Amino acid sequence: MTTPSESYSLLLALMAPLVGAVLVMLTGRRPNVREACSFTAAGVMFATVASLVKPVLAGEKLVCHLATILPGVSVTLRADCLSMVFALVASFLWIITVLYSLGYMRGLHEHAQTRFSACFALALFGAIGCAFADNLFTLYLFYEIVSITTYPLVAHHQDAEGYQGGRKYLVYLTTTAKGLVLPAMILIYVMCGTLDFSDNIRTGIFPNGTSRVLVTVVYVCLLLGFAKNGVMPFHNWLPGAMVAPTPVSALLHAVAVVKVGVFSTTRVMLFVFGVDTMDAFNLGIPTAYFVSFTILAASLIALSKDNLKARLAYSTVSQLSYIILGVALLTPAGIQGGIVHIANHAFAKITLFFCAGAIYVATHRKNISQMRGLGRVMPFTFAAFAVASLSMIGAPPVAGFITKWYLLVGAIDARQIGIIVVLLASTILNVAYFAPVVYQAYFGKLAAGDSHEGLKEASPALLAPLLISALISVVIGFYPDFFMSFIKGMFL
Amino acid sequence: MDFLTTNGSWPILSVLIFLPLCGALVLPLLPGDRGARVWTLIVTFVNAGLSLKLYTGFDASTAKYQFGETVPWIPSLNINYTLGVDGISLLLVLMTTLIMPLCVLCSWRAVSSRVKSFFVCILLMETSMLGVFMALDFVLFYVFWEAMLIPMFLLIGVWGGPRKVYASVKFFLYTLAGSVLLPVAIIALYLHAHTFSIPELMGQPYSAMLQNWVFLAFFLAFAIKVPMFPFHTWLPAAHVEAPTAGSVLLASVLLKMGAYGFLRFCLPMTPVGVETFGPFVLALSVVGIIYGGLTALAQSDMKRLVAYSSVAHMGFVTLGIFVLNPRGIEGAILQMVNHGITTGALFLCVGMIYERTHSRELATATGIGRVMPVYVTLLALFGLSSMAFPGTNSFVGEFLVLAGSFAFSTKMAALTIPGVVLSAAYMLRMLQRVIWGGTDNPDTSHLTDLNWREIVTLAPLAAFVLWIGLAPTPFMDVFHVSVAHLIEQVRAGLPL
Repeated sequence: MTTPSESYSLLLALMAPLVGAVLVMLTGRRPNVREACSFTAAGVMFATVASLVKPVLAGEKLVCHLATILPGVSVTLRADCLSMVFALVASFLWIITVLYSLGYMRGLHEHAQTRFSACFALALFGAIGCAFADNLFTLYLFYEIVSITTYPLVAHHQDAEGYQGGRKYLVYLTTTAKGLVLPAMILIYVMCGTLDFSDNIRTGIFPNGTSRVLVTVVYVCLLLGFAKNGVMPFHNWLPGAMVAPTPVSALLHAVAVVKVGVFSTTRVMLFVFGVDTMDAFNLGIPTAYFVSFTILAASLIALSKDNLKARLAYSTVSQLSYIILGVALLTPAGIQGGIVHIANHAFAKITLFFCAGAIYVATHRKNISQMRGLGRVMPFTFAAFAVASLSMIGAPPVAGFITKWYLLVGAIDARQIGIIVVLLASTILNVAYFAPVVYQAYFGKLAAGDSHEGLKEASPALLAPLLISALISVVIGFYPDFFMSFIKGMFL
Repeated sequence: MDFLTTNGSWPILSVLIFLPLCGALVLPLLPGDRGARVWTLIVTFVNAGLSLKLYTGFDASTAKYQFGETVPWIPSLNINYTLGVDGISLLLVLMTTLIMPLCVLCSWRAVSSRVKSFFVCILLMETSMLGVFMALDFVLFYVFWEAMLIPMFLLIGVWGGPRKVYASVKFFLYTLAGSVLLPVAIIALYLHAHTFSIPELMGQPYSAMLQNWVFLAFFLAFAIKVPMFPFHTWLPAAHVEAPTAGSVLLASVLLKMGAYGFLRFCLPMTPVGVETFGPFVLALSVVGIIYGGLTALAQSDMKRLVAYSSVAHMGFVTLGIFVLNPRGIEGAILQMVNHGITTGALFLCVGMIYERTHSRELATATGIGRVMPVYVTLLALFGLSSMAFPGTNSFVGEFLVLAGSFAFSTKMAALTIPGVVLSAAYMLRMLQRVIWGGTDNPDTSHLTDLNWREIVTLAPLAAFVLWIGLAPTPFMDVFHVSVAHLIEQVRAGLPL
């Protein structure tokens, strides 16, 4: 590992959404200028992150020190291979989500659009901070910022349902963060004297001779405490947050919130505990089986949901655990499969939510049972939905296939027949809850009394983003090397 | 007097103490209420400016008392007028002088009757509070300690809310009852060491029996002042009825005196007592943290909510002090300052709402985010600080206290975690109500956002919230050596 070099690009990437949020608030009275500010901020952020691709791939570790809180506790940013996967996905998807939100919010004449756009930018500020965090404190800081700044988005409609969902959201996320992550972080500080992440995925930061019991307690606290990762039993905030407008759901599920959760979990597993410690204290395989329960249970619940967004929400809960499962296998293929799923799931899931939103804007329908035959009216939307579903299922040539392949190789390397069974069973469940939606949309007969008169595809501002993200899912399926090259860089 | 160093040529500590007193003497001669306000603002502002000299001139590399002054006062009893500050008291002195102008600003419109008397009380408070933190002679300390009760009693009793008489008498009786044993303890120590000098009384070979009894006497006085559970019941009453400035002074400065007493007297003078009763104090601290949090969660009156949150926060302070390790004590000192800033600011915020709606009920100040955006932004900042959000001042203090506690005992520290969660619960509940509310918010369209005077009142505190939160080093550097020295004193005083 080369010595870290100071880079202010990291600061620029972090400040772009923050400045963007301020500008959005200042220009709130002029919607077009406001939207332009969002676009510019997203563009600047993506361009800055993209400019880091080359040095990081060349093996450089970029850091940017911002503040020292205590000895061993600081606010420091770093760009390494793991952060780049998440940062690239988050910053790119922000651009197309801004476009989509514009179509969605104006299409439905939603209120408080300025607040919405500003909080959106702030959520991305938190997400990018998490991606670039160089230590546990910085990660925790931005993790909490995401929790707070997304509350106004979840409660956006300000009706009883919105407040209830928002309340549940905050209660789950802050209780777990304060009740589990904070004490774990303090225990780590007491044991190690620092909160900085290690430089490689093997050694971790615990000194030799650390108590196994304490390390295990800390590990469990962190695994459950980053509740944004949707691992059961602390997953219930996610379906509750479905009351939010669809672009928010898309953002929550694909980029900002849940990915912050799994990213934090994987960051901690690999760069605080490290493969060696996880192996020595036998933390990996039990974790894999623990999250297997979430994978299967959430899929089963998804089957029972008629509301499309609710079904997608449980699908998210299930898919997130793939990422943790892969990393917990502690084999190279498993870790690669898990982390690449951060990107693969993001592009597919955001497509699915964009489709759900487009259907709602065009037809005001939320339930799957009302969507029979709708594919004939909205062929492009449902085509994108089908492609993204294939990615979720893990069928070639879409991105999800890459994940499944690596996860299965990882499970075989780890010699865990049980995990292989879980992966196969979950694939069948994925087919069971996605295939009927697509099939019924294209080939289903209209329900009695239903008519599609006057219905057509949603506006281009809604259609373009979902087609782009679906297309990218296919491209990653054919050319997985871009993200894989980062992940392979972690093993150097 | 080898414990005392003099920096500079003029007696800055005496000036800081007596400038407000002189200001109070001149104040009745000034024409009109407006003159009284401006004059008090000038005096407190000048005092705040002068006190910065303490920070710039402070030598952080020694545990000695600095800016020392000593003059014989009653030679026959060996009582001296001795002043000095060390790393432990410096930040408290600075916080006191900084808070005073803000108290004047927040009373600008809120106090309209007996304006001159009000500001005289405020200035007398400043004199006695600074005296408590600077006195290095026990008799002098006791004089300031008791002198403070009278202006505070008047502040609550004359300018307070509907139940002001009840609250002020309760406040007076509680604190007085606590202080009754303080002179007894002082005399007991004097009979042994033949001095009232606080530094000389430290590290004396008192018998274990004496130390235990003296500790208990100290403990009663300081625990009521902190206040620790179960001695806290005067606090909500006093806070709720006091005028805003009174609440701010209570929260920011008066509560710190108890914790300061533990650090200045109990630890170095009666280490054996600390050893004997430490576990009980820790238990009371943990109970206070949980109890304060639960009670705050149940309040519908914003001032009561903040008052009970003080009980919980001060529980963290005493917890940090009695785990007796550097992280714990440093965290406790920082948390004293943080609590002064954050809770003071929250009381100012509640006061600003009260001036507009004449109610402190959460239900009447619901959903005001739309009409008072500046106000709710600042309120959110202070609320997040109060729940120890990372990046704010309280996080650093709480983190250190908890790190000290986990090093002391993992199980005991784990018991405080529900309190940490509760602090998020009651603060977020309050913020949610105030900023958003529900679907049936009252009509708040007549409310106006903060004016410049109010913004200026809150801005310095907001700056400190973020400054200490993100760069606490300049604040913490001043007390490292003093804390290390304090822990050494405790260790040295314990039997091997």
